[in-house]
Amino acid sequence: MSNIAIIAGVTLREAARRKILWTALFAGALLLAIFAIALRLQVVEFQSRPMSPFVRYQVESGMLMIGLYTCDLLAVVLTILTSIDTLAGEISSGTIQAVATKPISRSQLLLGKYLGFVGMIVVYVAVTFSATIAVAYSVTGVLPENPVHGLFLIIFECIVALSLTFMFGTWFSTLTNGVVVLGLQAVAFMGGWLEQVSGFSQSGHIVTLGVASSLIMPGESLWRRAAYEMQTPLAGSLSFSPFANVSIPSSTAIVYAAAYLCIVLGVAIWHFNERDL
Amino acid sequence: MSPSVDNAIETRGLRKVFGSHVAVRNLSLTVPRGEIFGFLGPNGAGKSTSIKMLLGLVHPTSGDSFVLGAASGDVDIRRRIGFLPEDFRFYDWLTASELVQFHGRLCGMTKEELRRRVPEVIDLVGLTQHQDRRVKGFSKGMLQRIGLAQALVHEPDIIFLDEPTSGLDPMGRLMVRDILRAERERGATVFLNSHLLSEIEVTCDRVAFIKNGEVVTTRDLSDTPMEEVGVVMGARNVSQQAIAGLTRWAEAIDREQEKLRFRVHSRDVLPDIMRFLVAAGADIFEFTPERVSLEQIFVTIMGEDTSL
Repeated sequence: MSNIAIIAGVTLREAARRKILWTALFAGALLLAIFAIALRLQVVEFQSRPMSPFVRYQVESGMLMIGLYTCDLLAVVLTILTSIDTLAGEISSGTIQAVATKPISRSQLLLGKYLGFVGMIVVYVAVTFSATIAVAYSVTGVLPENPVHGLFLIIFECIVALSLTFMFGTWFSTLTNGVVVLGLQAVAFMGGWLEQVSGFSQSGHIVTLGVASSLIMPGESLWRRAAYEMQTPLAGSLSFSPFANVSIPSSTAIVYAAAYLCIVLGVAIWHFNERDL
Repeated sequence: MSPSVDNAIETRGLRKVFGSHVAVRNLSLTVPRGEIFGFLGPNGAGKSTSIKMLLGLVHPTSGDSFVLGAASGDVDIRRRIGFLPEDFRFYDWLTASELVQFHGRLCGMTKEELRRRVPEVIDLVGLTQHQDRRVKGFSKGMLQRIGLAQALVHEPDIIFLDEPTSGLDPMGRLMVRDILRAERERGATVFLNSHLLSEIEVTCDRVAFIKNGEVVTTRDLSDTPMEEVGVVMGARNVSQQAIAGLTRWAEAIDREQEKLRFRVHSRDVLPDIMRFLVAAGADIFEFTPERVSLEQIFVTIMGEDTSL
């Protein structure tokens, strides 16, 4: 266990030194500033004309969801870009040999690295998510419903993507790993939209295609569940966008995502044990 | 098979196939404890793959291998193993001191042990002045030195070194030689893979020559280093019968006009050869014994260059 902690610690420190993390934090801060300005302009505009508080609340809540969706998107991209190299790159450069010959099992080595990244993701998402909510609250006084559920589900989505970069990192080079996982993320995004469309369409085929895409990569369904948890009860029926929901992923979809994560991580450990370094 | 407790390394019929390429054909090797053992062979002979199989980095296709009595890949035994990979590299944002500490911690060293040992081993490899510098700015030679430090920090019982002097200047090579000898004095076994035959010659107790993934032969260099002697003769009237008679003592006989070259396994037979040739009617005006270098043996054993 202590070996896992040592590897997790050095991985966390390494992740913190990557420019991509700081770039993503900078991008997050920039988007937050734009978000704050947009919210402020909206508030001023609302004050200039009569508007029912109910409608105003719904619009401002919708804008908050845009902010949180941006936060989610950045976190997933950051997760993929920072972690695609950690196994694939160290295997191809031979860096991993000095560690893999120490008294630490390969499972411990992989889990240590994995937990290091999980730590980075938790901190990054918690900071950007809280900052987005804080900005929205200070400008509009609006808070999301169930923010803790939302935070948990966004972190969960990132960890699903992380598990995939680890699994494919035991097979492929850094570049191929990145292409494959980003491709899967695109499939998930498509699946999410198809399921949204299925909320209006009567075509069973679209539903099937959307569900199949979400089964291949369940990340996006976690965001849609998070959005459902955080949006106002009325928003789902007013909105048609990735920031809110028409088709709501069920609890079974969450359980499926958890099982998916465990299987992907299990395959990653198995193949890392089996392969030559 | 069960390994002997006297041996640091034992392999039997070790084989590794990558797709259709046989990297190691049939490696059977025994290295007693406390030796500096050299592992020689041309490029592509399977040396690095063999080391990786011994360390559990590469899974063999078939065969057995044991290090310090435990099957290769055993996690606990690695506490007693040190390894310097070829072209050592590691997280370059760590300082030299942090890097060695990290590897020491992985080997289960306590804080007290690390406090004592880390500066000591960094001093041993001559990097005390640079211990707080980030590894990022290190030259290849400095990386090799810090790599050696991480391999030695936990005072292992066996040390695998894959081309340890490849990036080092002559002073660095001397340092490595002294360190390896000190490690042997401490009782450790050293398994040295190097292309620098002169290094192997002066450092190792024994060498194994590997070709096409098999051990061709092993030579003891410890007691009577390089006992083989080459002889260059200048002589006239050396008959064919005399040359045929020489084969009693000599091998690799080569005649070119008045020059005659051959090799014997001991200096002791040289007077007999002189007497025989004189008795056979040869006029000898030069007879020069020369030490046969490991390089010459290497070339003889490996034959023509088949390197990749």
